[in-house]
Amino acid sequence: MQEQIKYDYLTNYPIDEVGVEERVARLNSRSIKKESKIQALKLALSMIDLTTLEGKDSPGKVIQLCRKALQPHSELPGLPSVAAVCVYPTMVPVAKKELEASDVKVASVSTAFPAGMVKLSAKLEDTRFAIEQGADEIDMVISRGEFLKGNYNFVFDEIAAVKDACGDVHLKVILETGELGTLENVRKASFLAIHAGADFIKTSTGKISPAATQPVTLVMLEAIRDHYLETGKMIGMKPAGGIRKAKQAIQYLVLVKETLGAAWLTPEWFRFGASSLTNDLLMQIVKQESGIYQCTDYFSND
Amino acid sequence: MSDRIEVLKTYKTYIGGKFPRSESARTYKVKDSKDNIIANACRCTRKDVRDSLTAARSAFPGWRNRSAYNRGQILYRTAEMLEGRKDQFVKELTNTGFNEKNAGRETETAIDRLIYYAGWTDKYQQVFGTVNPVASAHFNFSNPEPTGIVGIVAPESSPLAGLVSMIAPVIAGGNSCVVLASQANPLPAISFGEVLHASDVPGGVVNILSGYSDEMLPHLSSHMDLNAIWNTISNKKTRKQIDENGALNIKRVLHTVNHIWLDDENHNPYYILEFQEIKTTWHPVGN
Amino acid sequence: MMSDFSNTTQQNEDQVNGSEKPTSPNSGLRLDFSSFWEYSDAPESKDHVEIRDRYEHFIGGTFTEPVKGRYMKSYNPADEEVIAEFAEGTSGDVDSAVKAARKAFGKWSKIQPKERGKYIYRLARMIQERSREFAVIESIDGGKPIRESRDVDVPLAAAHFFYYAGWADKLEYAFPGRKAEPLGVCGQIIPWNFPLLMLAWKIAPALATGNTVVLKPAETTPLTALKFAELCRDAGLPDGVVNIVTGAGQTGSSIVSHPDIDKIAFTGSTAVGKIIQKLLAGTTKKYTLELGGKGPNIIFEDAPLDQAVEGVVNAIFFNQGHVCCAGSRLLVQESVADKFIQKLRDRMETLIVGDPLDKNTDIGAINSKEQYERILKYLEIGRQEGATIYQGNNSLPEKGYFCKPTIFTNVSQSNRIVKEEIFGPVLTIQTFRTPDEAIEKANNTPYGLAGGVWTDKGAKIFKTGAEVRTGVLWSNTYNKFDPASPFGGFKESGLGREGGLHGLYPYVNLKQT
Repeated sequence: MQEQIKYDYLTNYPIDEVGVEERVARLNSRSIKKESKIQALKLALSMIDLTTLEGKDSPGKVIQLCRKALQPHSELPGLPSVAAVCVYPTMVPVAKKELEASDVKVASVSTAFPAGMVKLSAKLEDTRFAIEQGADEIDMVISRGEFLKGNYNFVFDEIAAVKDACGDVHLKVILETGELGTLENVRKASFLAIHAGADFIKTSTGKISPAATQPVTLVMLEAIRDHYLETGKMIGMKPAGGIRKAKQAIQYLVLVKETLGAAWLTPEWFRFGASSLTNDLLMQIVKQESGIYQCTDYFSND
Repeated sequence: MSDRIEVLKTYKTYIGGKFPRSESARTYKVKDSKDNIIANACRCTRKDVRDSLTAARSAFPGWRNRSAYNRGQILYRTAEMLEGRKDQFVKELTNTGFNEKNAGRETETAIDRLIYYAGWTDKYQQVFGTVNPVASAHFNFSNPEPTGIVGIVAPESSPLAGLVSMIAPVIAGGNSCVVLASQANPLPAISFGEVLHASDVPGGVVNILSGYSDEMLPHLSSHMDLNAIWNTISNKKTRKQIDENGALNIKRVLHTVNHIWLDDENHNPYYILEFQEIKTTWHPVGN
Repeated sequence: MMSDFSNTTQQNEDQVNGSEKPTSPNSGLRLDFSSFWEYSDAPESKDHVEIRDRYEHFIGGTFTEPVKGRYMKSYNPADEEVIAEFAEGTSGDVDSAVKAARKAFGKWSKIQPKERGKYIYRLARMIQERSREFAVIESIDGGKPIRESRDVDVPLAAAHFFYYAGWADKLEYAFPGRKAEPLGVCGQIIPWNFPLLMLAWKIAPALATGNTVVLKPAETTPLTALKFAELCRDAGLPDGVVNIVTGAGQTGSSIVSHPDIDKIAFTGSTAVGKIIQKLLAGTTKKYTLELGGKGPNIIFEDAPLDQAVEGVVNAIFFNQGHVCCAGSRLLVQESVADKFIQKLRDRMETLIVGDPLDKNTDIGAINSKEQYERILKYLEIGRQEGATIYQGNNSLPEKGYFCKPTIFTNVSQSNRIVKEEIFGPVLTIQTFRTPDEAIEKANNTPYGLAGGVWTDKGAKIFKTGAEVRTGVLWSNTYNKFDPASPFGGFKESGLGREGGLHGLYPYVNLKQT
């Protein structure tokens, strides 16, 4: 039977933006040093969905990205691989082949990413195609226009239909928070996505500014927490876009640790949608272990 | 017809909008300048102080929540009523030793003070309130709110103008008060109670007691439900006792001694401010 | 799931009016905040900080040995070690300080206001320049977390001087129709909870209005005031404008009783405030009192709950709860109480109690042994009164005076822990059903310093705000401070305001123009 839902996700959940920003600022004041820093850097590395989503993507580029995913930095052989490689559906087979023998997942965007401005049947077709090509995870976009119109049922049904098409394949639902305007909308969209079947909720496509921000991420984490406490069901979180520096990544991990706790501090429940973050993490790891500040020339740019 | 016997007035107290006699039923003699008895005034005791405080406390929320405009209208109405009864007050004052001219000035000053503070009721907030430019993402403003119940020890020398100069700023600011009238000359104060009563000032906002200040003042100044006290007695021992009793519950204590109450110096909005609490409110500013 | 569901239905059918609310079937779920990724130590460096072994009074621009030659010790409450010795002020020391201040007053009150302002600007800037040093000393001496001394106390202290410096040559615009004249010599007695910040609240407006001061810091936290004395010297402030006399209650009493002082400004407990007001009886000294509180923090069901949780944390766990305006009485609407308390408990798990100098510490050391014992006594009183105590699983250092964040539920208005100011990280939680009930409970206290109201509904903010009788009302926030914002209490929480334009009043005589 349907899980018991004790609240209506459509009711307004008041959020004070200044309060959220103050909370984020306070969490950002955590000073992560020494062992805890190295641990965080490696953890962040293992959580990356290494992403390339450009019209000019080629098999060569994707192959290069997959090699980086498997072995982020050859000089430091003990490092974890990243969590996944995230590409367009047509690039899925290329990535799948490269990553076959590893634990690195292949994620594919779908549902007419990034705008999603096509009819549902096309979105489902897009999704089925990506899965047929071998995608382990699907990153879909919601219809922001319908959401802002107040057409929540439409958005819900779309997500539910895509989830249906996914079957066991993990579904990440991109809210594109940069277009939702308010944190209250972020909260509402989070609950809507969760109830419609999302395994993960994700901030952004990376094509709209602002992409992921910490206030938005905190609100989404709190939605996940409240849902967990109400139902016992864990949902994953993926901030994406704009996270380029190791310091930012650590700040995000602090948000997760102090909102959801230790259980979410794994690639199974938390991901970074990013690409350039990888090298900054690597540079910081080498710096931590050697004590010497690093230069980008020594880190492969894939 | 000239043999008509004049009807004498019984002076009582003014508590909670009513005119009861003192709880103790005791009186004392009020005399004119030639030592003739002109009236028996109530010699109020601690129980009358107590009853006045109760009345003042229950009247406070309603009075405080009246619109500033309405408080102004009521004070203006009080001035109108006093103007209408001017002759009565002049007579009461001349009976007790004021000459005609001074009695007239005393009464006219009282009327003008009421008009003056009637006009302040909806302005002092704008003069003394502020919007505070804080550095954080908050809207922040401060506005004056009445402190609560004010004890007023009215001046001996100016039984009407002094009295009104004290009551008016206190109630213009939304407080209620308990007034100890001039001991030697309480009659204008009690009659002023009738003016208040006829002017839509809600019962209990102003309570006026006559009697011996050394009998009432210790109970008034020590009362734990009194928020502030405004004293005009210059005697050092009395002042010290008021201060010490003030310390029982951190009363706001103001002494204004040896004032010439008819001077214009004695009407200004800072007297309103003396019995206001500045409240500062913060609220975030964001989406 | 099916059986759970039918159980719940059954419960609903059996329910009678007034019975307990059904709890969530998942109420056993807990978040785990501690088992993975512990933060490493992140100590603030203190090697750049100079603390002398012994400090004298600062009188007439020089450090002066105490007349009686007696010294007291200041301890670090985090490790119970002595940090430094400081002079114990007696009436002779106070007298010299008042004389120096009186001598300086003549000149200081007459120099051009814009020049006076520049001196105060200098002090503001010099605090900013040496801010980290002040922050570290504040944390060592008083036990507060470096995060707060660094981000709140010291920057606000500097901002306070900056704000009032600007008033020095603009006073004719502050008081319509009146000319402001300085009072003379101000005796100022400050508490141990915000040593440098309270110094700034006292000294900045006094100097800006042309007064000179004799200030006594608290006996457990004298060091930043003495560092500030060095800074007055470095700034070239004329001798005697600021005098710092250290010592305990007896020294404070000498200041209050000194006949040549024109004004007393005191921040501290209501009990001591009453003693001071009584001591001042019969004198013409002006006084302002900033006293205790038992702040109500009202959470309505339509509040932004997650931010309200954070607001409650700020309200009661900021500075170990050593805050006169702390929101120590939580009033939460019954319909959201369970959910809210659960959120608060989870949040308490993530508070880090420990070394004040560690940058990650949320709750530092209780300021002194005396205060520590006082808090423990109240925890015991709460238990004896039948309240339900809950403390986080926070680990505490082995040495020093530390207290876990604590909440008491199942309490009522008549309980001592609800009525009395504890001045520690101890919150009482009561529920209410209607706005009137909340207001009634909020005002049912002799205090009236500060309160909080949380609701998303603007009309309710204004209505509740107008009815709650406190000098500061934080709506949808708590424990915010700013030099431009007046602060002070109704009723037994004090008289007068500090901060903002209203903070000038206590330091001037207003004359007719």
